[in-house]
Amino acid sequence: MKVIDRSDFTALIEELIASDPREVVGVQESGEQYVFDRLESAEQLALEHDLTALSPKKYVMPQRETLLTYEQTDDDYEMRAEADPTGHIVVGVHPYDLAAINQLDKIFIDTLQDEPYRRKREHSVLIGVTMQDVADTCFAASMGTATIDSGYDLMVTDLGDRFAVDIGTFEGDQLLESVPTRNASAEEVERVAEIKADLEDAFDRELAFPPAALPTLLEASYDDMDFWEDYAEQCLSCGTCNVVCPTCFCFSVDMIRDLEGDSGRQERRWDGCLLEDFATVAQGENFREEVAQRHRHRFMRKGWYIYERYGDIACVGCGRCTRHCVAGVADPCEVYNELREGQHA
Amino acid sequence: MRSQTRKRFEHGESEYQPIEGQIVWIDDHTDDDKLFVIDLPDGVALDHEPGQFVQLFVPGVGEAPFSIASSPTNEGPFELCIRAVGNVTNAIHDMEAGDVVGIRGPYGQGFDVDAIAGEDLLFIAGGIGLAPLRSVINYALDRPGEFGELTTLYGCTEPAEQLFPEELDSWAGSDVMDYRETVDEVPEDQAWDGNIGVITSLIPPLEFDPESTVALVCGPPVMYRFVIKALREKGLADDRIYLSLERNMHCGRGLCGHCQLNELYVCLDGPVFHYPTVRDKEEAEV
Repeated sequence: MKVIDRSDFTALIEELIASDPREVVGVQESGEQYVFDRLESAEQLALEHDLTALSPKKYVMPQRETLLTYEQTDDDYEMRAEADPTGHIVVGVHPYDLAAINQLDKIFIDTLQDEPYRRKREHSVLIGVTMQDVADTCFAASMGTATIDSGYDLMVTDLGDRFAVDIGTFEGDQLLESVPTRNASAEEVERVAEIKADLEDAFDRELAFPPAALPTLLEASYDDMDFWEDYAEQCLSCGTCNVVCPTCFCFSVDMIRDLEGDSGRQERRWDGCLLEDFATVAQGENFREEVAQRHRHRFMRKGWYIYERYGDIACVGCGRCTRHCVAGVADPCEVYNELREGQHA
Repeated sequence: MRSQTRKRFEHGESEYQPIEGQIVWIDDHTDDDKLFVIDLPDGVALDHEPGQFVQLFVPGVGEAPFSIASSPTNEGPFELCIRAVGNVTNAIHDMEAGDVVGIRGPYGQGFDVDAIAGEDLLFIAGGIGLAPLRSVINYALDRPGEFGELTTLYGCTEPAEQLFPEELDSWAGSDVMDYRETVDEVPEDQAWDGNIGVITSLIPPLEFDPESTVALVCGPPVMYRFVIKALREKGLADDRIYLSLERNMHCGRGLCGHCQLNELYVCLDGPVFHYPTVRDKEEAEV
């Protein structure tokens, strides 16, 4: 573990903004919330944030992204797959968001080799930050994602006038070359460990049982329609919980035609299983017509289906869905705890 | 089973890159259905398994999944039977021979021809469900001796909806396949002297050995539950039934989520499923 003075860390970010060809983005205040956005200056960084509106997923899987362009040439069409390599330097990523990106890496790169995702991800740098403030909707400690030991290039912990820096990758190590650092003292290493350990008690919300029990619990609860309908009664099917989730990756594919000429592009855009037409087929049959079915699908997918396929619980406990759900029915912690309670009643 | 791990693509390439396919022949089947014969560059074969699907890209309009209607034993161009029901399908219905479309795939799991080798095959098709089944029906017809007795049941809403009329005639007159058909109803302006009733009405009179028969089923969602019930009543075990299911695939690669059926992705794990795999899944609607 290294230590870097706060002023040198600021200088490092300024240098990256000035000279790295990639866009440097970081957590900053925007109105009453925190967001990941382009940094003009290191001063904008708000590393003490509790939760950003959207996760940094948007930099590896943008809300809209071109998959294919086409252009008419003489009597023929030229169709070209696009795999935009634009990477970002992302500063201030909380451990649960790093865990979410690790899950996406496993699916998009290791398993299904999605080229547009891979190119963005491999050209990106993730600078994580140990949580200093905990959102009241967050239950990351229960999901094992309040702290993380890998999945970042650098991980910084605020020690007041200096940052402890854990180096995760060779590229992270190289980033530090231009600024003075020193090895952390035993005391500083211990202080970081204390900060991380203290985090465990900082959460208002917790899952009442180990997440490893979720797949079995959900499987057993699938047919409990009274439970799902009860929750779904208030659900507006707006899809906000899908959109703000760092582990949701469903998308739709749209054709965008240029106004002039026979050219255009095919884009994918974020989509959500809560939206009414998500599972509709060509002639109108909808395989998840009822709100309760869609509502149930979301929770099953998070706690069972993705686990079944990839071995991960697709919820990192960030609490964004809870914070942004206007109907107050999207909280996975509450839903899973109630299911568990019902099962043991 | 196809591996989920695919090759890494060269610079700028990705699996979203379609191959250019040229429409070489269009055959009108019904008012709403046309058969498109599509050639790939240099006459290269699509190299598909019966029951797999492709993503078809119409420049300027969009992309949609279609089951391949031809058998891989039919070398050269492949065939898609397309019903005009939406943007992409209406646009392709307006296209002409010589026009270019994009093709991705083939994708998904088809009918496991190794697993059903040597068995008597009972094909049950409803409406446009005949298109995917035709790929395996013709596969079986083209490989005499590889399978046992062949029987095809085909049901449509009305006579005018029948697809592949010339092939139906040849199957009906064939001594290598028992072909039976029905329609739900006969409008006054249409002629029909065959069976009238839903497709399940063709099953009770059938004589087949449930120990040596495998049923391959494809049709509208409402059909499966009743067909399976009728097959069970004839003594056919669940593990002797295969179903091709429809979902709206956007990516074809197990990512976009539109085709998810409980924990399964129809584009990766299907569209052809062994019935026991989906039997207890509510969203399969079987």
